[in-house]
Amino acid sequence: MTTQQESPVSAVISIQVENESGALARVIGLFSGRGYNIESLTVAPVDETGRQSRINIVTTATPRVLEQIRAQVARLVPVYRVSVMTAAEPHVAREMALVKVIASGERRADALRIAQAFRAHPVDASATSFVFELTGATDKLDAFIDLMRPLGLAEVSRTGVAAIARGAAIL
Amino acid sequence: MNAASHQTDLKHHATGTDTTVLSGAEVLLRVLVEQGVEVIFGYPGGAVLPIYDALFRQDAIRHVLVRHEQAAVHAAEAYARSTGKVGVVLVTSGPGATNTVTGLLDAMLDSIPVVCFSGQVGVPLIGTDAFQEADTTGITRPAIKYNYLVRRAEEVAPCVHEAFHIARSGRPGPVLVDLPKNIMVGPAPYSDAPRVPHPSYHPQTEPGRDVIARAVAAMKGARRPLFYTGGGIINAGPEASTALRRLVEKTGFPCTSTLMGLGAMPAGDRRFLGMLGMHGTYEANMATHDCDVLIALGSRFDDRVTGRLDAFSPGSFKIHADIDPSQINKIVRVDVGIVGDARRVIEMMLEEWDCTSANTRQPIDVAQWWHQISEWRKIDSLGFSQDMAPDAIIRPQYAIRRLHEMATATGRDTYVSTEVGQHQMWAAQHFGFDRPNRWLTSGGLGTMGYGLPAAVGAQVAHPDALVIDIAGEASTLMNIQELSTIAQYRLPVKVFILNNQYMGMVRQWQELLHESRYSESYSAALPDFVKLAESFHGRGLRATCVGELDGVIAEMLAHPGPVVADICVAQDENCYPMIPSGAAHNQMLLGPDQDDEISAEGRMLV
Repeated sequence: MTTQQESPVSAVISIQVENESGALARVIGLFSGRGYNIESLTVAPVDETGRQSRINIVTTATPRVLEQIRAQVARLVPVYRVSVMTAAEPHVAREMALVKVIASGERRADALRIAQAFRAHPVDASATSFVFELTGATDKLDAFIDLMRPLGLAEVSRTGVAAIARGAAIL
Repeated sequence: MNAASHQTDLKHHATGTDTTVLSGAEVLLRVLVEQGVEVIFGYPGGAVLPIYDALFRQDAIRHVLVRHEQAAVHAAEAYARSTGKVGVVLVTSGPGATNTVTGLLDAMLDSIPVVCFSGQVGVPLIGTDAFQEADTTGITRPAIKYNYLVRRAEEVAPCVHEAFHIARSGRPGPVLVDLPKNIMVGPAPYSDAPRVPHPSYHPQTEPGRDVIARAVAAMKGARRPLFYTGGGIINAGPEASTALRRLVEKTGFPCTSTLMGLGAMPAGDRRFLGMLGMHGTYEANMATHDCDVLIALGSRFDDRVTGRLDAFSPGSFKIHADIDPSQINKIVRVDVGIVGDARRVIEMMLEEWDCTSANTRQPIDVAQWWHQISEWRKIDSLGFSQDMAPDAIIRPQYAIRRLHEMATATGRDTYVSTEVGQHQMWAAQHFGFDRPNRWLTSGGLGTMGYGLPAAVGAQVAHPDALVIDIAGEASTLMNIQELSTIAQYRLPVKVFILNNQYMGMVRQWQELLHESRYSESYSAALPDFVKLAESFHGRGLRATCVGELDGVIAEMLAHPGPVVADICVAQDENCYPMIPSGAAHNQMLLGPDQDDEISAEGRMLV
C-alpha cells in the first residue's frame, strides 16, 4: 500500500454465491487469512431454487482495502457477484435483534414504554421478563439496547446486517 | 487408447448401450484419460487402494511412485511448468493429504496448474476421527484455487472434469479432489465434461480494446519505457513469449523480468536487462526506478521485486496487465489496469502499436534512455573474480557459469530446477535461459526441497532432455529421499550441489542484520554426497578446487545415469547485488565492501 492516508469507512459487502458445501468457509477464510475484519455476517438462500445464497458482511476498511476485498472475494470460484456498499452508495441496511429484559415494577413499565417508541414488539412475556423484537438500522438497535441496559437488559441476539441497493440497481 | 477409438467408446457409453458398470475408481481413471493425463505422481495408502487397484489393471496412465507426498506435488508442478499440461497427484487420506499442503501452496503462489486427488475415509466415517481421517478440504482451502469433497457417486465424473478446467483456466492453480473410499469402491456413472463447468466461474481472458489503446498511447509517448514481465507470460504458453519478443523488438524498449518470468526473453538479448528486484541487476533496478512508463505484463509487484514501496518506480506511468483482476492495484496503484491473458494482451498491443501513427514518438528519446542503460551496464553488477589457480577455491557464480557454458555446448534441451536460497539466485543470475518453460523454481513460497522432486517431474516429462537440479547442500536434504525415485525410474537427473556448508541465504542475512551471529545456519553433520549418490545407485562426483571443476561437470554431463555432483564452493560468498530490506531500487549494495546500514524498519521485513 502507498503511504497516502485514507480513513476507514464502514461498508456492507454483499456476495452472491453458489449454495455449495464450503462456500461460506471460503469467504470467511479469505477475510481472516488476509486480515480483514468481520463485524457482522448474515447468510441465507435467496433464489427460487435455493441454489444461490447471499452473504452480507459488515466491515470497516479504507477504500483501497475495500477494493481489494471486492477483488479477492470476486475471484473465489463459487462467487457470482460482489458489491461493496458504503455511505457513498445509496442502500438500505437493516438488522433484527431479539432483546431479553428481566425487570419488574417501574422498570418493567419503562421498558415497555421505550419499546413502543422504538416500535419494538414484545414477542414473549412472562411475569418477570420481556423479549422484544426490533428491526432497523444498526445504530437504532444500538440505541435501544443501551436504553434497556439500566432497565434489566439480560440477553441480546442479533442477526447482523442484510443490505440491498436503493432504486433499480441490482447486484 | 487412441483418440478416435476413445471417442467412439464414449459415444457408445453416452447412448446407454454400454452396460458395463464401472467403479468410482474406474470412472476417475476414465476421466483422467479423457483429460489427456499421461502421468500421475503419487504414493499409495489405505484410502486410495481401490484407485491403485484400478491403476494396476490399465496401462493408459503411468504412475510414478515418489518417496514423500510433498515431492509428488513438486514433481507434478515441474511436469506442468515444463510441458504446459496439468500436473496430477494421487495420495492417500490423512498424512498423505496433509503432506501435500506445502506443495499445493507452492503451486498456488506460482500459479501452476495441478490437480491433486486425495483419498478420504468412507462417507459414513467422515467426522468420526477415523483412522487416517483429516479434514482435507478444510486444511487445504487457503492453499488451493478450489477443492471438492465428493460425497456421491454421480459427482465423481463431473467434479474431476471440472477440477481440470479450473486448474488450467484463468489464473492457473492447484485444485484438490477429496475422494471417500466407499465412493471409489462402489458403482458410479461416467459422464462427459459438463458444458457449463461451474456456474459461477468465468475467468476473463480477453482484454478490453479501450485499455489496450490507452496503454499503447502511453507507450508511444514514453521517453524512458520499461517492460517488467513475469511468470504470467510463461503460463500463457510459448506463444506468449514469442509475442513478447516481437513486442520488445518492435517497440525497441528494454525489458526486465521477475524470477518466475526468466526464459520468456532470451537471456542474451541486447534488450534484456536481466532480472529485477532484491538480487536483480543494477541496470534492471535503476531502469525500474527511473523509467517514465512501466509496462508490467503477467507480474504482480511482489515485495522481492518492489523493495521499499513508497520509492518504487516513483515517477512512472504504470500499466499492469494480469489475468487475475485482484492483482491490479493490490500493491502498487497503476494508471492503466488490463485484465486478460498475457498472450492476448501482447498480441493486441502489437496490433494497436501498428495501427496508430508512428510519428507520435521521437526515436531519439529512447536512444538517450538506452545510452543511460548502457552506462549502468558498465557497472557489471554480476561481476565476480575467480582465482584461476588450479587449487583455488571455487566461487559459486563461476561454477554456475561453467555449468551453463558446458551444458549449452552439449546442444541438448536443458531444464534447470533449483532449491531455495543463494544458489537459486546465482542460478537465476548466471545460468542464461533462452527459452520459456526451462526454468523450474519455487518463487512465491520459497520452498526449500523443491528442486530435486521438480527435477524428477521434468525428467519424467522430457526423458531425453538434460535435467539439472542446481541445489544447495541444506535445501537438497529436505527432499533427498527422491534419489530413490530417481534410481527406480532410472532418471538421468543431475544434482549440482553448491556446497558451502551453510544455509547460505540465512547466513548472509545474519551477517547483514544480526552482526554475524550464525544462529543454527551451519550445515553440521553433512552426509558424504558422493557415497550418498552411490548408495542410491547413482554416480557421485566431487570438485574441491577450480582445477577439478570442469572435469566434474564434463563427467556429470557425459554420464548416462543420475549424478550427484558435490561442488565445494567458497563458504563466505554472499549473493550480490542486493537491495537491502527497506531500501529503494537506486540504493543497491553491489558488494560486501559497501556500507550496509539497514534501517530499523528494514530489519522488520523478511
